[in-house]
Amino acid sequence: MADVTLRGVTKRFRRDVAVDDVSLEIEDGSFVVLLGPTGAGKTTTLRLISGLEKADAGDILLAGRSVLNETPAQRDVAMVFQQYSLYPHMTVRENLEFPLKSPILRTPREQIARKVGEVSEVLRISHKLDNKATELSGGEMQRVSIGRALVREPAIYLMDEPLSSLDAKLRTELRVELKRVQMSLGATLLYVTHDQIEAMTMATHVGVLDHGRLVQFGTPREIYENPVSLYVASRLGLPRINVLPAGLFGGAPSAATTIGLRPEHIAEGQGKPSKVVRVEHLGDQTRLHLTLEGHDIVTLTDVHTRLEPGDTLAISPENPLYFDASGARVA
Amino acid sequence: MAEIVIRGLRKEFGNFTAVQSSSFTIADGEFFMLLGPSGCGKTTTLRMIAGLELPTSGEIFIDGDEVGQKPASERDIAFVFQMFALYPHMNVRRNISYPLVSQGMPRAQVKAKVAEVAKILGIEDILHKPVGGLSGGDRQRVALGRAIVRDPKAFMMDEPLGALDAEFRERMAEELRALHDRMGATTVYVTHDQLEAMQMGDKIVVMNHGVIEQFGAPQDIYDKPATMFVADFIGSPPMNFLRHHGAVEAGAARVTLGHHRFGVPETREPFDGDIVLGVRPEHVRFRDDGAYRGEVLASEYLGTTQIVTLATPLGEVKARTPSGQIATVGETVALDFNPRTVTLFDAQSGRALRSDLNEGVLHG
Repeated sequence: MADVTLRGVTKRFRRDVAVDDVSLEIEDGSFVVLLGPTGAGKTTTLRLISGLEKADAGDILLAGRSVLNETPAQRDVAMVFQQYSLYPHMTVRENLEFPLKSPILRTPREQIARKVGEVSEVLRISHKLDNKATELSGGEMQRVSIGRALVREPAIYLMDEPLSSLDAKLRTELRVELKRVQMSLGATLLYVTHDQIEAMTMATHVGVLDHGRLVQFGTPREIYENPVSLYVASRLGLPRINVLPAGLFGGAPSAATTIGLRPEHIAEGQGKPSKVVRVEHLGDQTRLHLTLEGHDIVTLTDVHTRLEPGDTLAISPENPLYFDASGARVA
Repeated sequence: MAEIVIRGLRKEFGNFTAVQSSSFTIADGEFFMLLGPSGCGKTTTLRMIAGLELPTSGEIFIDGDEVGQKPASERDIAFVFQMFALYPHMNVRRNISYPLVSQGMPRAQVKAKVAEVAKILGIEDILHKPVGGLSGGDRQRVALGRAIVRDPKAFMMDEPLGALDAEFRERMAEELRALHDRMGATTVYVTHDQLEAMQMGDKIVVMNHGVIEQFGAPQDIYDKPATMFVADFIGSPPMNFLRHHGAVEAGAARVTLGHHRFGVPETREPFDGDIVLGVRPEHVRFRDDGAYRGEVLASEYLGTTQIVTLATPLGEVKARTPSGQIATVGETVALDFNPRTVTLFDAQSGRALRSDLNEGVLHG
């Protein structure tokens, strides 16, 4: 495992700037998640590090050495893709052994056996080692393809939405598992997703990308509680942050044009009267859809609330975030 | 608009029974969800209501008329599919007006009707556009428009949001529900997504292997699950299950599982056997001291809350706690379950034991 550093990395495809002057420090043993919508430059960043794309400008360092002129194999990275691609005619064991049997690595036989044993234990697939790859469920197949990366000890693991093709239950399960595996191996991991839950729950650090630019980098808590822009604030949080005119409640700083109010940061019982439009009982939480002077607002309330559509509820902001006309945070 | 009554509905395909024997009532104007995993019989049920499948036995009443064996065309129902099928060579206006034109409605009336529907859906400015170039959301709106324009008695929707990505789906779900609130049309909606069902439905039927597991209001189903299947299928993360051999008397307010005693809502029936204590993650609390302890295996930050996974003597437990409360991996904490929210199950049958909590919701 090793530190990975990006310095002013830029990548263009014809006129489009896919990755725009990105500088990033991935410390040894950290779990970094790049978050952003489609086209933000997440996957391109990953491919630049792995050597599948060549940077137009900037430098990429693995453990302090510039790797720009190295092939993907020389760079010593392991990738996991969204679509698991296992060798269907091989057993799980053979699939896991395959990367270690590469002529470059020349791994001794006992070491291969030990490593496959360890990894299959960690991923809870030891009982399936002698099954054909085609006899596995989707979740098991994805675990094997993650395992095929883990049997190696590369400088960094690069993962591109490895859970997005799985169903919701399995995704939740593997999220916890992947985090556990990363911690127990002390692995360095760069993980790309557009799923905010994955970013928040697994990452030690989140990098938020917007049109190829890295707009904020920090712990999930920093990103959630202290976003630098409206764009970043809107990336995390379910239900989404409410975006309202700054003057709606008064007390806004003069530079502010909008106020960002997380659903859980709205106090009930005092302030301005709003009208209840809809009450959504989701079980563990209840969402109120309100209108206030023509603006839609979503807030969380007591799970067994007696409020009904048509009722009036006074609300006021708690810990509001203020943004200027460009979307930059002002307070 | 219509009330829909289902009585003893059954469907067999050769040796396979898709729907066992369903009975439920959909009130006029209700947004009604058929929820379950794939293969549970929810789509078959919907298709029988719409007249796309004929039941093997049982009855379907729409507004008092028994329509079980009638063809779809005589039921006055509009169907919206997962893959919104639009006529690619027609523009938006012609796609929406098609059902009316084919009914032989006079032109001026068609025009007025399409204008009204376009206004409801907020698509007035794209009426002249070809459907080929439209975004996913607009295609969905046009497909809805074509269903609404006929003023049918009821709408049938088969996973209409299934093909959309998460963020967009959330928006369309809100839009669909708001549309329903404006029109008040009886809607039957099939989904395998529990959150979608909770979010949009007035009532939910939870199905599994062709059998109705539970039927009721979303919050009731969440708080008072009738079976372990429902408790596990609804909620994310699902309800925690602690398993042990145990016995309870009727009227007891505690249950003993091995060496551990837990408070429960007063029981209404005695039980002796393999018992399961079910508790939702948000009702697991951390305490400074207490007999029941767990080791923190993982914590997942979610903004205001976090999900903490713990290894406890009776199995893995997930707790939803405020994210300010620090839980370090490896540390041991004492746990407490909010006793008023606990459900006990018969491990063998999966059935919830009747208690002070759920007796108003469960029948028999």
